Amino acid sequence: MQIEKTRLLVIGTGMAAGRAIDEITQRAPGRFDITMFGAEPHTVYNRILLSDVLAGSKSPEGIFLYTTEWFESRGVKLIAGVKIEKIDRARKVVIDAAGREERYDKLIIATGSLPLVPPIENLNLPGFFVFRTITDCQLIAGYARRCRRAAVIGGGLLGIEAARGLLNHGLEVTVIEVMPYPMVQQLDPDSGAMLTRRLEALGLRFLFEKATQSVLGANAVRGLTFKDGSEIETDMVVVSCGIRPNVKLAVEADLKVERAIVCDDHLQTSDADIYAVGECVEHRGRVYGLVAPLFAQARVLADHLTGADRTAAYAGSKLSTRLKVMGVDLVSAGDARPFDGPGVAVTRYIEPERGVYKKLVVRDGKITGAILLGEVDGASAVMSAYENETVLGERRADLLFGGGVAQADGVGALALTATVCSCHQINKGPLIATITAGCQLDQLGAQTRAGTGCGGCRPQLEALVAAYGKTDPSAAWYVKAVPLAKPELVAAIKRQGLRSVSAVLHELGDGSDDPLSKPGLASLLRTIWGAQYEDERDARFINDRVHANIQHDGTFSVVPRIPGGVTSPAQLRRLADVAEKYNVGMVKITGGQRIDLLGIKKEDLPGVWRDLGMPSGHAYTKAFRTCKTCVGTDFCRYGVGDSTSLGIAIETRFQGIEAPHKLKLAVSGCARNCAEATVKDIGAVAIPDGWQVCVGGAAGLRVRAADLLATVATPDEVLRVIGRFIQYYRENARYAERSPAFVERVGIERLRTVLLDESSDEVRRLDQAIAAEVANYRDPWREGHAPVEVTQFASEIPA
Amino acid sequence: MAGLITSQGSVALDRPAWIALGRSDSVPRGQGRCFAVGRFRIAVFRSRDNTVRALENACPHQGGPLADGVVGAGMVVCPLHAHRFRLADGSGVDTTLSARSFAAEIRDGFIFVAIPADA
Repeated sequence: MQIEKTRLLVIGTGMAAGRAIDEITQRAPGRFDITMFGAEPHTVYNRILLSDVLAGSKSPEGIFLYTTEWFESRGVKLIAGVKIEKIDRARKVVIDAAGREERYDKLIIATGSLPLVPPIENLNLPGFFVFRTITDCQLIAGYARRCRRAAVIGGGLLGIEAARGLLNHGLEVTVIEVMPYPMVQQLDPDSGAMLTRRLEALGLRFLFEKATQSVLGANAVRGLTFKDGSEIETDMVVVSCGIRPNVKLAVEADLKVERAIVCDDHLQTSDADIYAVGECVEHRGRVYGLVAPLFAQARVLADHLTGADRTAAYAGSKLSTRLKVMGVDLVSAGDARPFDGPGVAVTRYIEPERGVYKKLVVRDGKITGAILLGEVDGASAVMSAYENETVLGERRADLLFGGGVAQADGVGALALTATVCSCHQINKGPLIATITAGCQLDQLGAQTRAGTGCGGCRPQLEALVAAYGKTDPSAAWYVKAVPLAKPELVAAIKRQGLRSVSAVLHELGDGSDDPLSKPGLASLLRTIWGAQYEDERDARFINDRVHANIQHDGTFSVVPRIPGGVTSPAQLRRLADVAEKYNVGMVKITGGQRIDLLGIKKEDLPGVWRDLGMPSGHAYTKAFRTCKTCVGTDFCRYGVGDSTSLGIAIETRFQGIEAPHKLKLAVSGCARNCAEATVKDIGAVAIPDGWQVCVGGAAGLRVRAADLLATVATPDEVLRVIGRFIQYYRENARYAERSPAFVERVGIERLRTVLLDESSDEVRRLDQAIAAEVANYRDPWREGHAPVEVTQFASEIPA
Repeated sequence: MAGLITSQGSVALDRPAWIALGRSDSVPRGQGRCFAVGRFRIAVFRSRDNTVRALENACPHQGGPLADGVVGAGMVVCPLHAHRFRLADGSGVDTTLSARSFAAEIRDGFIFVAIPADA
């Protein structure tokens, strides 16, 4: 006999609904027959990240939280794109727009909220948008293409994020706010003014104390008028003035509704078989519009509905927010607006030049409000103290100026029951348990969800892993699949004569052919064996199989070698012809003084190379890339050394030499250093009587001035010293270790000792090894004529 | 709606269909290749010991071409952002996302994949 499952229907597919179902199916797998109805035609997505979709930094799919496979695996039926029109409580059915009925035993209302649109005249025009859903984003982005100017009505958190997103579409964007400063929910006037300056520096414009009267335009938006009689011209308008709970279904079903659907501490409505969760809920007189409270509600709802914990009760949430705008750091908690009162102490730190503003509102020793703008180093500690109602010490500065060490102390000082991740309400105790069970930082999100909401607690998670994590012995290994550090691995490979990646994995490895380990081993074997290396194509990253750099859409970029950045009219003409013939998506002058052809299909690569008749520039692999030059003595009136000739000689000699990571070089003809040689992996700078060679520079994620390795008299000596350094780096650097880290680890003094002793055997050996490698060099683009596999350049094979 | 048009003709998908994609050596051992089957783009991976697995050739993260990924230990690494997926069922190793998977095998030197009914 089969017992019929409880039929659970969910109206809504927002974040609260998704989370509730996730929690319910975890607690009671298979117990409910669950169907979710969503008006939006998508699966559950992360609405917080919509501004990233609008900005183009994320695709709509990139913010999906649960896949359709996930719903299948949890046995949940997802009906997306169907709007429920009515709840018939007497018959316990819901009815959709087409009149279809679905019966329920238990019902969850998660209808969220609707955009709040102020009373504005003439708003039904093309070019007038609200900002609430993926579809809204797509409509806005599509319309923005034909616009020059946009206005965003609403200077709150979402309005600012939307406005920042619109800047990425190349528009002039004006934010219109009724109040005298932005984000009045979170900020006070001083911090508001500071934030305004920050955002203006990013290109946003602001109009404050402007109440919109009407939209101008007959066939499309043309401008806005304000109640003070002024007006502006604009091509489109996006409204982001806040939200109102979507309670129509509940009102019509005669549930108790005040500002929103009234729920008790179990998230039950006035009908015990009907629960509600999310922005449509009113709990103890409060309505929430942030993600952490919704998740907390979802947990309580799941505990109560499944019976996992009938006593679970929602007690309300504390509010904190983080503005997600690139280049602006702002965190706020609680109520930090100006107010006085007994027992209230306000601590402020203001640094106008750098746009830093920090404020703590403390009542009876506990934080009740905080603003951190411009420098959020201490944010984690402040947020934890707020969330956990920690009684503060006397020195408030410790909290405001946390810094890395103080933060580690901060999390160390927390109780085990203290919240670390406030988005997902994850406490310190369970995190420590997970970490001591062997979980590493990169897996912590997948295992516990911590850090996967706003990401604000990541510094604390790092501190916890550092404090409680097992020291990972594999950190010292060259690759994960072989438990040996590089020197021991090299010795074993040589001793046993292992010449292929599969041989190394088989003889020395852990038995797996870990895909993340294969490219590192291929690189190492190539360095050890040179021409005797047994190449296995499956160990290579795609870029090294087709000798081009894969792009986000699966096409490739092609950068031919132009030694020293010196080209010719004939070469430019050929490049132009190729770009036209193959419909190249973009022709780009690179930072390395070369020309990049982007958007080339895999199957076109051999033809492009053939028509170019130029060698590979290796702009896709861990190898010698390029050598920038200035014009040096050829034309420049300051040049003291022939930098172009030397740069061409360097690039011609070392082109394509593979290494643990890429090598970018430059040669400058005088100390003015126009080629920026001192922030390159290897640089040479002319001085009146010779050249300075420096190594370990960087101007990427981190900026580091290169260390001076040697001062030499002639270009030949420059070539020799560079060759030695490259070979030493190839033999001794860890896989994917760039030169700055390598130089710091080994030490410039040691490099000088080893590489500059002209009489030593080691130097002779290094010179011979790099010379052999140079002689062994073969242009990989020759494979265009003779593919190593029939389908090497096939992007798809028709069946 | 039902049915699939391939270069070999059209296939009615009133029940699951096994479709031959090509000779097994069109996918080098240890690598993947993308096959176009009607409206599907299927990444087929052939291991060094000559078994095949098939996933939809679109990473669930941002659509990356999984067929171009490095393969090993029963996984493929997406070439765009290095998310890993199990070849057996498409489930994510370090992500909650999963890729769609298809049954696949080698018969008589040809790679076959199963297209579900009314897919």
